[in-house]
Amino acid sequence: MPIVVNINKCTGCKECLTSCPFDAIEIREGKAFINEYCNFCKTCLSVCPEGAIEEIEEASVTLYSSPVTDFKGVWVFAEQREGKIASVSYELLGTGRKLADELNVELSAVLFGASEREAEELIKWGADKVYFCEDNIFEKFNDEPYAKLLSSLIETHNPEIVIAGATPIGRSFIPRVAARIGTGLTADCTSLSMDRETRNLLQVRPAFGGNIMATILCPFRRPQMATVRPRVMKKGEYKEGKKGVIIHIAADNVSSRTRVIDTIKEVSGIAVNLQEADIIVAGGRGLGNTKGFELLKELAELLGGTIGASRAAVDEGWISYSHQVGQTGKTVCPKIYIACGISGAVQHLVGMQSSDIIIAINKNSEAPIFNVATYGIVGDLYEIVPLFIKKIREARGST
Amino acid sequence: MKIVVCIKQVPDTAEVRINPETGTLIREGVPSIINPYDMHAIEAGLQIREKAGGNLTVVTMGPPQAESALRYAISMGADDAVLLTDKAFAGSDTWATSYILSKAIEKLGADIIICGKQAIDGDTAQVGPETAEFLGIPHISYVRRIEDVERNSIRVQRMMDEGYDIVESSFPVLLTVVRELNEPRLPSLKGKMAAKKAEIKKWGSSDINADDKKIGLKGSPTQVKNIFAPEARADRKIFQGTTEEQINALIKELKGIKCL
Repeated sequence: MPIVVNINKCTGCKECLTSCPFDAIEIREGKAFINEYCNFCKTCLSVCPEGAIEEIEEASVTLYSSPVTDFKGVWVFAEQREGKIASVSYELLGTGRKLADELNVELSAVLFGASEREAEELIKWGADKVYFCEDNIFEKFNDEPYAKLLSSLIETHNPEIVIAGATPIGRSFIPRVAARIGTGLTADCTSLSMDRETRNLLQVRPAFGGNIMATILCPFRRPQMATVRPRVMKKGEYKEGKKGVIIHIAADNVSSRTRVIDTIKEVSGIAVNLQEADIIVAGGRGLGNTKGFELLKELAELLGGTIGASRAAVDEGWISYSHQVGQTGKTVCPKIYIACGISGAVQHLVGMQSSDIIIAINKNSEAPIFNVATYGIVGDLYEIVPLFIKKIREARGST
Repeated sequence: MKIVVCIKQVPDTAEVRINPETGTLIREGVPSIINPYDMHAIEAGLQIREKAGGNLTVVTMGPPQAESALRYAISMGADDAVLLTDKAFAGSDTWATSYILSKAIEKLGADIIICGKQAIDGDTAQVGPETAEFLGIPHISYVRRIEDVERNSIRVQRMMDEGYDIVESSFPVLLTVVRELNEPRLPSLKGKMAAKKAEIKKWGSSDINADDKKIGLKGSPTQVKNIFAPEARADRKIFQGTTEEQINALIKELKGIKCL
C-alpha cells in the first residue's frame, strides 16, 4: 500500500534518505517526500525516529472472479529426476503437513513421470493425496508440459497454497505456472508459516542481494505459491502404514516446443560431499589467505568433516567456487557447522542457518554470525583453531 | 533475426551494508550497475547477431535514470533501446513486471529474447520464464552455451544440478543465461560515439497497451509485509574468558550433547 510522509511529524532530519534502496526519498521544503521511484519495500518505515513515514490503506484490485475462501488445500510439487523423487520433495511435505494441519485441510502432492511406487512414498512422507501422471512426456524435464499440466490441475482443484523446490527445475517452470494462472510467487523462501485469521501464507526470503530478510504476502489471489531451496526445511515424519489416495491423471493436450536431446552428467565430488557432510568447517575473509584453509582442513579431517567457504573467501580466490555456501552457492544442513572468520552476511546465513549446531569463531563480537550461532568463541581463529584441535585430541585420548 | 535483450539497472548489492543498530540498509554511495547476468545476455545477443545477422534491441523497465544502462548496452553494440518508464509501473512485482515486458516485446516483435538468469537485487529468477508465458512462447533457462543457431531453431546447453541438458527449441524462444556463457565485451570507441547520439525510445503504459489492472502496485499479486534483520537464536551461548577457557567450555558442551 502507498507509503507517505506525515509532514506534521516529519522534522526534516534526513535519517530516511540513505535507507531507501531506490533513491525514492528526497527533501522538499524541509520535509521528506517520497517520489514515484518508491517500490513500497517499507525499509524506511522503521528508520524514521519520529514515526512520520506511514503506510496508508487502499482497497486493492482483485483479478479473481471467485473469493479467496473458495480455495482449499495445500499442495506440494514433488520433483523427480530419472524416476527418483528428489529429497527436497520430502522436506516440502514436512512443511506442507504443518501448514495443512494448521489450516485443517488436506495435503496433496503432485508427481509427474515416476512410478506408482514413488507416489506411494509421498503418502508415507505425509501426503493425503497424490495427483500422479505417468506419461513419459515427463520423463525428461521440459518447461511447457510441466507448466501446462500443473496449471490445469490447479485450475481444476483450486488449492490455496502450492509449494515447490527452488531447484533448477522448480525455478524454471513454476514461474510459468504463476504467470498463467495469475497469482503471486515468492522465490527461495527460508520460512513459511500461516496467519490463521486471513489464511495468508507468511513467506520469508532474503532480499536486496541477501543483505536483509523480507516477509512477502499474496493477500488477494490464490493459490499462494512459493519455492523453497533444498535442505532449508526439515523432512517430516515417515509412517510406514500411512494411507492415502493416488489419483491418476492423463496428460491430454500437453505438448512441448523444446526438446531435450541429451543429458550430460558432470558431478563435482566436492559439491556432493558438502551437501551430505555431517560436519562442515568453513572459512571466510577472516582467514586472511589461502593457507588458512590448510588449518581448517586439519580440523575437518580430525572431525571427519569437509571444507566450506563464504563468498568473500571464494571471491578472493583462496578456494574454489564448489566450496561456496550461501544464497549463490550451496545450501547445507550438517549436524555441526563451524564458521571460522565468517562475519555472517545474510546471503551466507541463508545457506547454513538450518544446521543443527553452529559454532562461530570470530574476532569481532558484533559479527552477525554470532546471532545464528549455538556456540560462539570470540578471538583470533589462528589461536583458537590449533588449541581446539589439541583439546579435541586430548578429550578423545581420555575417553 | 530480431533479437531483444531485457536488462535491469540494479544497486551493486555487494556494496550494500546493514546498520547493525536499526537493522536497515545503508544505501549511501552504492553505485547503480547493469545486472551482471544481463551483461552476458547482451553479449550473447551480439554474438548471435554477428552470426545470423539482424537487429538487437535492448529493453529495460525502470526510472528515467535507467537510460544510462541502455546507453551502455548501445556502446557495446546494440542497435536500439527502449526505456519502459511510467509512474504507473512503480511497485510492480515479478508478475506485473513480466506482463509489462511482454507487452513491450509484443510491440517490438522478436525471434529470440535473452534475459539474465536473475537480477542480483531480487535473486528471484522469475521474470524470464514469466515473460515467456505471457508471450505464449517456450523458454530455456540457465543457458551456459549456445551450440547452434539455425534458421528455424536453436540448440543450447542448459545447466542443471548434476551437469547439463542439450535442449533444442523452435523460434520465437526466450533464453535466460548464466555467467559461464561468455565474457561480455568492453564498449568500442565507435560504440561510445553511437551511445552518445542514440535516441532512446521512452514508452509508458498507453504506448504498449497495458491493462491498468495488471501493472504497478495494484496489479501485483505479492506485497512486502515487512523487512527485518535476522534475529538472534534464543539458545545461543557466547563463551567468556581466555581462549583456553572458552575452548574448554565448548568441549564440555559438545561432550554433553555427545558430539565428541
